[in-house]
Amino acid sequence: MMKRIIEYLRSLMLLELLAGMGLTMRHFFRPRITINYPEEKTPKSPRFRGLHALRRYPNGEERCIACKLCEAVCPALAITIESTQREDGSRRTTKYDIDLFKCIYCGYCEESCPVDSIVLTDFLEYHMETREEGILTKEKLLAIGDRFEDEIAENRNKDAAYR
Amino acid sequence: MSAQPENTVDMVSIEVDGKAMQVPKGSMIIEATDKAGISIPRFCYHEKLSISANCRMCLVDVEKAPKPVPACATPVMDGMKVYTQSRRAIDAQHGVMEFLLINHPLDCPICDQGGECELQDLSMGYGRSVSRFTERKRVVKDHDIGPLVQTDLTRCIQCTRCVRFMDEIAGTQELGMLGRGDRAEISTCLEQGIDSELSGNVIDLCPVGALTNKPFRFSARAWELMAKPSLAAHDGVLSNLWYHTRYGKVLRAVPRDCEPANETWLSDRDRYAHFGLESDDRVLQPMVKVDGRWSDVTWEEGIKAASRALRSTVSEYGAKLLGVLMSASASTEEYFLAQRLARGLDCANIDHRLREQDFSDDAARTGPTAFSSAMAAIDDSDAILLVGSHIRQEAPILGQRVRKAWRRGATVAALNPVDWNFHFTVADKVISAPQNMVADLAAIAVAVARETGKNLPETLQAAYDDSRETETHKRIAGMLNRDGNGMLILGQSAMAHGQAGWLRQLAAWICEATGSILNMVPHGGNTTGATMAGALPGQGCGGAEVEQGLDARKMLETPLKGYLLWDVEPGFDMANPALARNALKSSENVVAVASFAGEDLKDVADVILPLAPLAESEGTYYALDSQSFKVSQAAKPAGQSRPGWKILRRLGGDLELDGFTQVDLGSLQDEMLAAIGTPQYTPGDIELALPPTDGEMYRVGEVAMYAVDGLCRRSAYLQQTVHGEIEFVGLNPADARSKGFAEGAQVKVSQDGASAVLPLRICAELPPGAVWLKGAGKASSQLGDSFGPISVEAS
Repeated sequence: MMKRIIEYLRSLMLLELLAGMGLTMRHFFRPRITINYPEEKTPKSPRFRGLHALRRYPNGEERCIACKLCEAVCPALAITIESTQREDGSRRTTKYDIDLFKCIYCGYCEESCPVDSIVLTDFLEYHMETREEGILTKEKLLAIGDRFEDEIAENRNKDAAYR
Repeated sequence: MSAQPENTVDMVSIEVDGKAMQVPKGSMIIEATDKAGISIPRFCYHEKLSISANCRMCLVDVEKAPKPVPACATPVMDGMKVYTQSRRAIDAQHGVMEFLLINHPLDCPICDQGGECELQDLSMGYGRSVSRFTERKRVVKDHDIGPLVQTDLTRCIQCTRCVRFMDEIAGTQELGMLGRGDRAEISTCLEQGIDSELSGNVIDLCPVGALTNKPFRFSARAWELMAKPSLAAHDGVLSNLWYHTRYGKVLRAVPRDCEPANETWLSDRDRYAHFGLESDDRVLQPMVKVDGRWSDVTWEEGIKAASRALRSTVSEYGAKLLGVLMSASASTEEYFLAQRLARGLDCANIDHRLREQDFSDDAARTGPTAFSSAMAAIDDSDAILLVGSHIRQEAPILGQRVRKAWRRGATVAALNPVDWNFHFTVADKVISAPQNMVADLAAIAVAVARETGKNLPETLQAAYDDSRETETHKRIAGMLNRDGNGMLILGQSAMAHGQAGWLRQLAAWICEATGSILNMVPHGGNTTGATMAGALPGQGCGGAEVEQGLDARKMLETPLKGYLLWDVEPGFDMANPALARNALKSSENVVAVASFAGEDLKDVADVILPLAPLAESEGTYYALDSQSFKVSQAAKPAGQSRPGWKILRRLGGDLELDGFTQVDLGSLQDEMLAAIGTPQYTPGDIELALPPTDGEMYRVGEVAMYAVDGLCRRSAYLQQTVHGEIEFVGLNPADARSKGFAEGAQVKVSQDGASAVLPLRICAELPPGAVWLKGAGKASSQLGDSFGPISVEAS
């Protein structure tokens, strides 16, 4: 009975509130860790797995040789490839589609690629307004590759020592 | 090995990996282990080819042998102890694999063999993960060996399977190994393509990606493909094959082992014909011609239009003026339902022998099959007489079997209208123009009669002309009589001949007199099924007696009022295209059920219903020797095309006929098998007209190998081969000289008022009096009888 009266009186003193306010005050004077995205960004690992891209050789030739290993290894069946013989006799894709809604960003496609053609860039800020845009076609993938080639190459270089 | 053969005289006991087994004396270690299911890696060994033991991959350890021995070339000996998994064996195999990989490029990702490569598979088990070889790898220049097989000779590991196949099975010696050591390379020797009709098999034989399928190149990976069992019905062998499909589309064909039919081989025709499936003139929707213009309609309307056309022909002109002409490669279910439909309409005119012209001996038919022995029996015969048969092209697999018999020591003779280039030596040949073939066969028959002391019946004697008899005829008769195991093969040039009845009856008598086997090779893939199911005038299902109708020839000679065409192109699938076109054009109602509709068919037809070709269809097929094969759909039917039996069932239902209520293929097959199960044939008397003896020029119009049906004719890759060139007129040098024609001159050929202008080829392989103009070509589609009188003049 006595115990309950003391608890009641203590609650009137708003001790919890003060403890809470104390925590807030402590953080008020600490350095901030929140960043102002998108003006500020957190650092990313060179192994970050973001949007897909198809790379080219420095001479402009596409790397992909339509070996279809990425299609075979893809656990989400997100990749669809059709291949044929190009006029010069080389093996090339006529269709290389990645369904971003199916993709689980596991990076196996990149691991399986014998010519480092399909890669996951560290670009993650993309959106689509229609469902159709979720399919990345060969042209789009090559365009993404062209746009991010410098970053892609730099990230591969950084990671090269550990592979 | 629980069931030991009792006769152990020819067996020896060996021990493999501690397991005792009995194996036939003289067999190789690898044969014993293969039978016992013990795997030994190998590249050059193939059970159908000779042993060369040059890849060394199958090295095994044999007790008391000083070093590892090749399992494929070491005969078993009594008490031999073999270790396939010992340290020494494994080390040897690892070593061989390292040597093989020295020069093999690491281009698996762009290699079509990747994923189904024997070297790739074995390198997983026997290869090192890192190469120790740092020197330069060799590079071999590629050869263009034709439109069917792609070479990438840098990948070659010199197993020589392809060379041995070409030498031994295909018999054309078109590939060879040049150079030695690391300079050794497979080459065509002469800078030209491979022309063999079996060339595609080197693709399957090649353990690496050095020889791959050219039309299929880079189109899919082995692991993406679904293998669907199917058949090839371009000839009566009915080669078993796998169609490799992706998303319901056929991408390539590979052989399916069937020892009594195609063994492990597949002819190029069967392998590459499916590329015709994608042809532009595929019928994808029912079509109806209204006022000369075609319009696409629904199935409902299409069936209505078709049944209206058939019904109105019957009601207006009577069922006698309706004719059903069917391709010789349809399924047995289609024949069964079609004859039921025709006979349900009281129409007795149904036939599938469209490329033949003489049916005078129909009544003498003794059985449903064209062969009186198994196809494999060709291998074991000792004397073979080919009559009007270019067997290499008519049925490449049977040609290969004749070659096999010849390699075994059989004597082959021929009575042919062209001195065709065979892959076996023809010991005695009579090359006679079509107008003389009957007389020549009669001369052989008379020689046989003399030899055996049996009497040639008077009726057959009438064709005998003693001036034609030579020593060769006598030798051929002696050959058939001497060897008890003789065989007479009546080929398509005999079956399509104007006096085929004579040839068949003479051949039958010769076989009877000498105890030989008579085997006929008619056009088409399912003639046996057609005969059993009763797609014949005057013979019902299972040989049942029915009203006599008109045969394929008579249906066209006296034009009828309505026709049902089943997978037929009038200009290309008929013995006499001009006659067929005239008859069809003058008819009021032509219903065509077809997979392909070229201008030729659209010109004469009024209704076209889309038929699914064999690859997209299902049914039962009977090979020449009546082995039956059931197939189910391998690919998705293109457009709205449907399997033939469904179209007929629907048509029969719409015409309100009895017997068209089957709910599925199974019930139809049960019904059909019960009906054709016990064929009864009672041969009747026949009367043969005397063969004409005038000295005109006669046409040899054998159907070109890659033009036998609509599918082959539309396969661009087959048409690119040398066998695709068929638009020429061949003349004997003497005939050409007497007419004053030079090689390559444009000459005009005419038959029954129709004519065509073609380049001339002077062919020493032709006899005088013969004009070689192959059937089923563009020019030929305008002309008359494929075997008949023809005139040649300067254009």
